[in-house]
This record gives sequence, C-alpha cells and structure tokens, in this order.
Amino acid sequence: MSEISLGHYLSLGAIIFTIGIVGIFLNRKNIIVILMSIELILLAVNINLVSFSIFMNDLTGQIFTLFILTVAAAEAAIGLAIIVVYYRNSGTIRVEEIDKLKG
Amino acid sequence: MIAHSIFFYFFSLIAIVSAIMVTASRNTVHSVFFLILDFISISCLFIMIGAEFLGMIMLIVYVGAVAVLFLFVVMMLNVAQQKNEWFSSEKNSTHIPIGLLVSLIIFLELIVVVGGWKHKPEILNSSTLAISKEITNTHLIGNILYTDYIHLFQISGMILLVAMIGAIILTFKKRDGLKRQSYLKQISRERAEGVEVIKVKNKEGIKFDV
Repeated sequence: MSEISLGHYLSLGAIIFTIGIVGIFLNRKNIIVILMSIELILLAVNINLVSFSIFMNDLTGQIFTLFILTVAAAEAAIGLAIIVVYYRNSGTIRVEEIDKLKG
Repeated sequence: MIAHSIFFYFFSLIAIVSAIMVTASRNTVHSVFFLILDFISISCLFIMIGAEFLGMIMLIVYVGAVAVLFLFVVMMLNVAQQKNEWFSSEKNSTHIPIGLLVSLIIFLELIVVVGGWKHKPEILNSSTLAISKEITNTHLIGNILYTDYIHLFQISGMILLVAMIGAIILTFKKRDGLKRQSYLKQISRERAEGVEVIKVKNKEGIKFDV
C-alpha cells in the first residue's frame, strides 16, 4: 500500500459524485431518493474541498465546506417541504406520475 | 502511515458501498439508513486527515438533523413500503442506457481531471490562511470565520432563516373546525354582549338557553 495522497481523496470524491449522478438519472419511483442523491453529490464536493484544504495547507476549503453544509441543510428542508405539500395534494410522489406540468 | 492507508481504504470502501446502497435499495427507509452510514464514514475520514471540526459538524448536522428529517418525512408519507424498482420502468426504458452512458462519461472526465492534475506548491504561497500546527482546528476555523468571513457567515444565517420560513409556509395548512384563541376578540369584548341583567320573578325562575 502506497501512501495516501490527494489523488486518493479526489478519486473517492469522484466515485461518490458519480454514484449520486447515477441515482438521479436512474431513479424512477421515489423522489425522496433523488433528494438523497443530491445530498451525496454535495458530500462528494465537501470531500474534495476538505482534502484540498488539508493537502495544500490552506484553511479556505474548510470554511467553504461549512457554507456548503448550511446550503445543503436548507435545501433538504425546502425540498422535503415541497414533497410533503405535493404528496398532500396529489397522493403520490412517484417520479413517473409527477407530470402535472405536462399540459 | 500503514495504519493511515488501512483506515482510509476501510472508511472509503464503507462510504462507496453505502452510497451505492442509497440509490439501489428497494426500501426508502433502508436508503436513509445507508445515507447515515455514508455520512458517518466520511466524517471519520475528515477527522482522520485533520479536519476535526468539520467531521463533528457533519455528524451533528447531517446525521442529527438532515437524516432524521428524511426519516421523518419518509415515515410520515407512508412510502416506505413502496417498491423502489428503479431498473424496471414500464413506460420508457431508454433512460437506463443513456443515463448510465452519461454517468460513465462524467466519471471518466473526473478521473482524467484528477489524474492529469499537478500540484505546483509555489502558486499558492500567497495565501495567508495557512494551517498551523500549534492551535487546534476548531480554534483556527473560529479565528477566520468570525473575522475574514463574517459577511458570508451572516448571509448563511439568513439562508437558514429563509429556508425555515419557507418550509413553515409551504407546509402550513389552515384547518377548519379547530377552536382557536383569538386575542383580539377577547380584548374587544364589551359589557353589552357579555353580561345580561334579567329580572327574575318570584317563585318562577328563568329558562335559559345557551
């Protein structure tokens, strides 16, 4: 095993980012899982920022990770509220059946 | 160094497997549990490479608040048992190969960027926010966050406030049939509508209908 470098952490971030993208693309049944995939993508971005911050000896990345954390929490709250309202109005949150804007 | 490598591979393997399980799990509650596992292992990685404060904050914010919010909504909407069959779509099945192709291209691009990237240390020497080894990570972040980044800090507080107001307004529903207390009505009561003086005749009493 070689020494863990910045590339290892960036690769981990890339893998988790791609898994989140796949979750958004392929999910057809449940919109809550799409929100969770968005959380995964933000987590991958956080991994990148923190590892750059540590390996380049610069604290700015960790500060920005804090702000991303804030935005992620706000986004989760708003998204879940929208889902609750939609479920109350239409009785389903299956992605295939959400087509009210289709006209 | 060997222990560092072993722990890195251990935690990142758990993180990747649980991230796959988040998207592939058939039960939504299981997805939330795997999301919690993912956050915990990533925060272990953060603590391991020296960002202790962020690791702990991620535990508190994500596991303590966001994941519980997800669990709450999943259980409230009663969609936990709804099957999450994301490979078998009846209407159009063309989205699976195209989605996989696009995701593969995105992954390859990220790997190319990571592999072809070279670190030139002399470029970043202008930064004044260096990590020092004398004081703790929390102290360092506090020093910078409340001085250099105070405006961004305040704005993020405003974002949280707006999100809170928005969530409350979105989910607030005015229901009929509830007895509510109205202070305005209570204060503006007059004597004429509240009390009535009735002459009661002797040995007859009164009939009183509410």
